[in-house]
Amino acid sequence: MIAAPRWALGVIVVAGIAAAIALQVHRDTSYPEVASPVEELYFTSGDSIGRLALSFKPMLADIYWIRAVQYFGSTRLDAKGAAESGTESTSHYDLLYPLLDVTTTLDPHFNIAYRFGAIFLAEGYPSGPGRPNLALKLLDKGFAVNPTKWQYLYDKAFVAYWSLKDYQAAAHWFSEAAKVKGAPPWMPGLAAFMLGQGGDRRSSRFLWQQILDTSEQQYMRDNATFHLTQLDMADVADQLTALLQRYRAQTGQSVMDFSPLVRAGWLRAVPADPEGVPFLIDPQTGRATLHRPSRYAPLPDEQPGAAAGPR
Amino acid sequence: MSPKSLGRIALAVFRESVRERVLYNLVGFALLVIGASYLIGQMTAGQDVKIIKDLGLSAMAIFGLFIAIFIGIGLVSKEIERRSIYSLLAKPVRRSELVVGKFLGLALTVAINLAVMTVVWYGVLAYMSWSEIDLVKKGWEAPAADPRLLVAVYLLFVQLVLVIALALFFSTFAEPLWATVFTFGLYVAGHFSADLKHFDVIVGDSPVRYVTTGLYYLLPNMATFDVKNAVVHAQLVPYGYVLTATAYGAFYSLALVAAAVLIFSKKDFK
Repeated sequence: MIAAPRWALGVIVVAGIAAAIALQVHRDTSYPEVASPVEELYFTSGDSIGRLALSFKPMLADIYWIRAVQYFGSTRLDAKGAAESGTESTSHYDLLYPLLDVTTTLDPHFNIAYRFGAIFLAEGYPSGPGRPNLALKLLDKGFAVNPTKWQYLYDKAFVAYWSLKDYQAAAHWFSEAAKVKGAPPWMPGLAAFMLGQGGDRRSSRFLWQQILDTSEQQYMRDNATFHLTQLDMADVADQLTALLQRYRAQTGQSVMDFSPLVRAGWLRAVPADPEGVPFLIDPQTGRATLHRPSRYAPLPDEQPGAAAGPR
Repeated sequence: MSPKSLGRIALAVFRESVRERVLYNLVGFALLVIGASYLIGQMTAGQDVKIIKDLGLSAMAIFGLFIAIFIGIGLVSKEIERRSIYSLLAKPVRRSELVVGKFLGLALTVAINLAVMTVVWYGVLAYMSWSEIDLVKKGWEAPAADPRLLVAVYLLFVQLVLVIALALFFSTFAEPLWATVFTFGLYVAGHFSADLKHFDVIVGDSPVRYVTTGLYYLLPNMATFDVKNAVVHAQLVPYGYVLTATAYGAFYSLALVAAAVLIFSKKDFK
């Protein structure tokens, strides 16, 4: 065999890689169904995985945590996209709890996996699986291993409040959290506040404000900011609804949008959410409200079942 | 045994490992940790510091294990294979000095490797801490460049010294392939010691439990040296524990090196 010159070998290497990349692109575009990975969790027992991991359990826990975060994010995008287009989503967050369970079995002190995991699980569909029972189960698991973490009981109270709308249970878990050494001094106040005000918008605002002020995690603060804005939007919707009622009473006209009020000088412009998506008038109830594509819709008082707002 | 001879042999082992490009793993480690610190922040919901801590410790353990086993096995067997053992034994060096010197040389190589990896790792962690805002840092269980992490690195070193001793011991009487299998097998089995201890729960009063209890005490307990998760979560590892684990590793390694010397001294190279 005649030896090929070096430059020819170089060309073959570059051409071979370029061809492989081109074929990869062709496969992805022409056969997306075949190429798309199947959602599957091969090992569901954290204990078994832990045994196989030898001394690398923490590293494996991190890998499962990254998988859980990525799975939650991608499933949420699919589910929300399907909800907006009115189609049936194939994603139902089925693997979320098993992924979080494996993560926390491999690393029982993985604080954020319990706390964020509970938030993910409690979020109502399509923003999350809407499984507050699993969120509570995960937090129970965390507290059993880390009985000094008052935050898990605090999060349980939150799940009871937002997702289950069980204000008695929320008050109970706030009191239990207050009993744990190191709990902040405002915790007993939250329990009393919950018993007195449970369910109204003022208590919701108070709770989210506490989270915004005390949370060190950026995700928690972002979530609190979102819910506070959502509550602001609910207040604006109430004021607009009152304005609409006054307008109807004074003019005797029923309006389908806000432009007559703008023309009459009652409003300076068509009201909108912070991202500029305008408020609408619900033809059924005559109330001002926000619909998709506003990320704040549905507003807290309109959400079915789970009250954790979609984002 | 002359400390001078031991030192010379140990340095020769270190130089040989450098010649064999063992230190290239440091470049791999640096690329892994620096690359991961950049990429991981995008996909871990704020857990990048914890993950870089775990990743650094795990990578050190894996790189260290490969060096300890693959070079440890070759310490003696290569000399026999290359027939350079004859010229070595013709020199005024005792067989015991040769074995112990080689053991110390590889321990030195592993120690320098771990030290450099630790510096790179701490550099990345310090940078992550420097580039983060104070409010986020308040949410961390421990500072990014937490000095307590060094406890895990230190115990990893003790574990790797024990692995070197195992590799050296097996390589004095077994073929390199079998020596690798035995060493790696004991490393894996060493992580299941707790199961052996509690085997009586499964077998009840059966005599098997005496065998498993015996094995529990006889086999090297590798899990003893694993405090990675504890230090990452800022949990206290008592000094007493570190001392006990160090003494355990030291005595076990001593026994294995002594056994290796014993076998090597009787070995007939004709």
